[in-house]
Amino acid sequence: MEFGFTTAAYVVAAVLFILSLGGLSGQESAKRAVWYGIVGMALAVFATLIGPGSGLWLLSLLLIIGGGMIGYYVAKKVQMTEMPQLVAAMHSLVGLAAVFVGLIAHIELGRVLAMEEAEKKALEGFAALLAKKDGVEIGILRVELFLGIFIGAVTFTGSVVAYGKLAGKVSSAATKLPGGHLLNAGAAGLSAICLFWYCSTGGVFPLFLMTLAALFIGYHLIMGIGGADMPVVVSMLNSYSGWAAAAIGFSLGNDLLIVVGALVGSSGAILSYIMCKAMNRSFVSVILGGFGGSTGPAMEVEGEQIAIDADGVATALDDADSVVIIPGYGMAVAQAQQNVAELTRRLRAKGKTVRFAIHPVAGRLPGHMNVLLAEAKVPYDIVLEMDEINDDFPETDVAIVIGSNDIVNPAAQEDPNSPIAGMPVLECWKAKQVFVSKRGQGTGYSGIENPLFFKDNTRMFYGDAKASLDQLLTLVS
Amino acid sequence: MKLGTPKESFDGEARVAMTPESAKQLQKLGYDCAIETGAGLAAGFSDAAYAAADVEIVETAAALWSTADIIAKVRQPDAAELEHLTNDKTLISFFNPAGNEDGMAAAKAKGANVIAMEMVPRISRAQKMDALSSMANIAGYRAVIEAGNNFGRFFTGQITAAGKVPPAKVLVVGAGVAGLAAIGTSTSLGAVTYAFDVRPEVAEQVESMGAEFVYLDFEEEQQDGAATGGYAAVSSPEFREAQLAKFRELAPEIDIVITTALIPNRPAPKLWLEDMVAAMKPGSVIVDLAAERGGNAEGTVMDEKVVTENGVTIIGYTDFPSRMAAQSSSLYATNIRHMMTDLTPEKDGQVVHNMEDDVIRGATVTHQGEITFPPPPPKVKAIAAKPKETVPELTPEEKRQQEADAFKAQTRNQVTLLAVGAAFMLGVGLIAPASFMQHFIVFVLAVFVGFQVIWGVAHSLHTPLMAVTNAISSIIILGALMQIGSGSFLVILLAALSVFMAGINIFGGFLVTRRMLAMFQKS
Repeated sequence: MEFGFTTAAYVVAAVLFILSLGGLSGQESAKRAVWYGIVGMALAVFATLIGPGSGLWLLSLLLIIGGGMIGYYVAKKVQMTEMPQLVAAMHSLVGLAAVFVGLIAHIELGRVLAMEEAEKKALEGFAALLAKKDGVEIGILRVELFLGIFIGAVTFTGSVVAYGKLAGKVSSAATKLPGGHLLNAGAAGLSAICLFWYCSTGGVFPLFLMTLAALFIGYHLIMGIGGADMPVVVSMLNSYSGWAAAAIGFSLGNDLLIVVGALVGSSGAILSYIMCKAMNRSFVSVILGGFGGSTGPAMEVEGEQIAIDADGVATALDDADSVVIIPGYGMAVAQAQQNVAELTRRLRAKGKTVRFAIHPVAGRLPGHMNVLLAEAKVPYDIVLEMDEINDDFPETDVAIVIGSNDIVNPAAQEDPNSPIAGMPVLECWKAKQVFVSKRGQGTGYSGIENPLFFKDNTRMFYGDAKASLDQLLTLVS
Repeated sequence: MKLGTPKESFDGEARVAMTPESAKQLQKLGYDCAIETGAGLAAGFSDAAYAAADVEIVETAAALWSTADIIAKVRQPDAAELEHLTNDKTLISFFNPAGNEDGMAAAKAKGANVIAMEMVPRISRAQKMDALSSMANIAGYRAVIEAGNNFGRFFTGQITAAGKVPPAKVLVVGAGVAGLAAIGTSTSLGAVTYAFDVRPEVAEQVESMGAEFVYLDFEEEQQDGAATGGYAAVSSPEFREAQLAKFRELAPEIDIVITTALIPNRPAPKLWLEDMVAAMKPGSVIVDLAAERGGNAEGTVMDEKVVTENGVTIIGYTDFPSRMAAQSSSLYATNIRHMMTDLTPEKDGQVVHNMEDDVIRGATVTHQGEITFPPPPPKVKAIAAKPKETVPELTPEEKRQQEADAFKAQTRNQVTLLAVGAAFMLGVGLIAPASFMQHFIVFVLAVFVGFQVIWGVAHSLHTPLMAVTNAISSIIILGALMQIGSGSFLVILLAALSVFMAGINIFGGFLVTRRMLAMFQKS
């Protein structure tokens, strides 16, 4: 088939991909946008299969179908609360694929360079492209595929570790090997040396060494980042997987790869930026892991945590006209979203205004809470962002905090010495009454005391979120 | 350890410091409970009820004082009771330390630890054991009931076939705990209720209880109740004059006056003078809750009810809580139980008298043979309400100036970025070959498009966005497909693996996105 057709198909696919991302600006248009993405992908794969350079297309097709079946099965089976793990796992696949493709390009390059001039003429596809390259171009090519492999390897191990942390298979606490960031810097330095080495010799050994170093960086970097920062990590890995694809696209001279890689890369970068902004932390401080040192002793928390039982909560809800629910990771852990939704339905049936306030970093994935609430059939027009609802708290009768902690911590505004000082938070303490559903009196992941729990208008509703809500539902009919 | 409660020895005292209910809670803290026989009878708790709650019934007071390690009672102990103390006993009760030098000396001589319930600091953590507040609450309620008992008419206004009844007008002076309780009771009985307090910041609380706050036409530096631990302080003579003038104006219309004004460590201020009493209608009632400190009204006689020449009843009882012994006992017993909770951090039935703790330190008047009264000021200030700093309103010029500055800064940033970017591009262009630059242009444009498009994505769709970018980043499959056909076994193997993994991702990513998006529903 003509080379021109492939290029044309790529252009169409690229446009479709852009439309697909752009369509996500609204819930309704998003449903259409996915189809653009699917069609774009099908077109791209089809054009490549019949395009120059490819062979063994039966095998390829079988592999795609085989992988597709696994993907289909996983996508059907996955629980919405497990979304963060799934996304991380998928990133690791992209990363690994990028490493492999980079290696192939290296092998091909070696093979082509070793050929006689006459043989080169007979080549077609990617190899032919390689054969035409002069010295400088080959140098650039090496840098590109080196970068592709590097980013791919970091993405791979990073995503595997992130998966482990999100799935609870690895402790979510920030752990570092002795040496800390010096180790990372050392590995990065080693990779840089390998880059020069590889460019000058073209040997496989520096490439191999760099891959190991990159794998280590990915592992160690993410191990050093704690559970609460996971939304940033996942979007950062998302970004990396895009940049890896773009780098590979450069080395293969494939514009579609470059376009899509750049789209995904910038998407992930923006998400990371939004998440960092929502935590009032710089990207670097998240990557360096742990919360920065505070500038002085934290403010003394006075008062006490006063417990309340389901009866009390039910009575207060009965009297309330407007209710705001603030879900957090604890709701996902307890799988309580269905109960929350049922409570919402019953309260709404009684004519009360019930709304949800979602902090950008609630949960372990950007938008995690929205997906969980959507799964439980909570209508999305009562699920509001922080900026939309923060001013409404003074007029709210009851705010219910379910399994969130730092995102409702008034210390961020009141205590300049708090490690989270300046982070935008949901000002739920301004509501007339606040109920906090929480497992116990701990300080949660970040280890920061939360003065909200000690406020006069706060009552602690201790217990597993799901069990507590079950109990509450028997009292609210 | 054993916690015991004797029968109150003070004549007419009906309260008791332990109820069957509180005994059960105390047992959970690890204490054995004992009570003198008949101690709860006046408050409506029989010995049988105590026995049912596993409380040991002790026949005599002497036996109780000697077996118990901790003695909880209500009234300030008399000399005979203090005789029973030894150096391993702890006494918890009202003690009036400021006016009870002898009692403290006796306790000191015995070496016993004494916790005075009225000395519990007024901080939010200690509210649960603030017996003064819980008793004041009852006193406020009872004051209204007592007034109604002596008032010959309805509280609420009615229009009946037999004629029209105007509503009673009630004035509550002093909106502390007792005052607020009185306001609540009075409004719920249907009276038109007015309230006055020298602390204007309580006006909101008064209005929330349904009463009307009486404002004075007086300009003065308003005093901040928080500075004096939530109590009122002495007011200036001019203020007092304005206040009395207001009362004088109100006196002829008011049917019931309830005065609760107290200033710590001073005699009660005289607020309802003789001429005001004289100006009131016959049949009106004054209930003076400050009678113990001399009374707010002129003519109050402590513990008595007097009727003036013009037919105004002045009630000076001081035992309102005891008149509602069942209620006040259960509240007081709960205060005691909370105090024990704080004294028993391990819940093992052993008292840990932690003098570092603000609340325990504040309430302790003698400890290990030392008088520890008066306590140092608590580390945490009560009811701390810092005045909010107001951000000065910006003038339109300043606002415009700010906007212009912001715009300039933004422009500067953008231009700098563009210049740096352009310089970098030129640098790249100088060394890189044309074929690279072609791809590079595509790359930069794609990044731009990406940034523009992604900013528009709804926050709630961030998870689907990640899933879909995940799926499309599997475009890496093209790289594998382009090469799978050419070359060695190793290449085929690696390429095949890549294709397989990308396949998982494509299908998984798109499907899961679709699944998620299908869930988003409008109400």
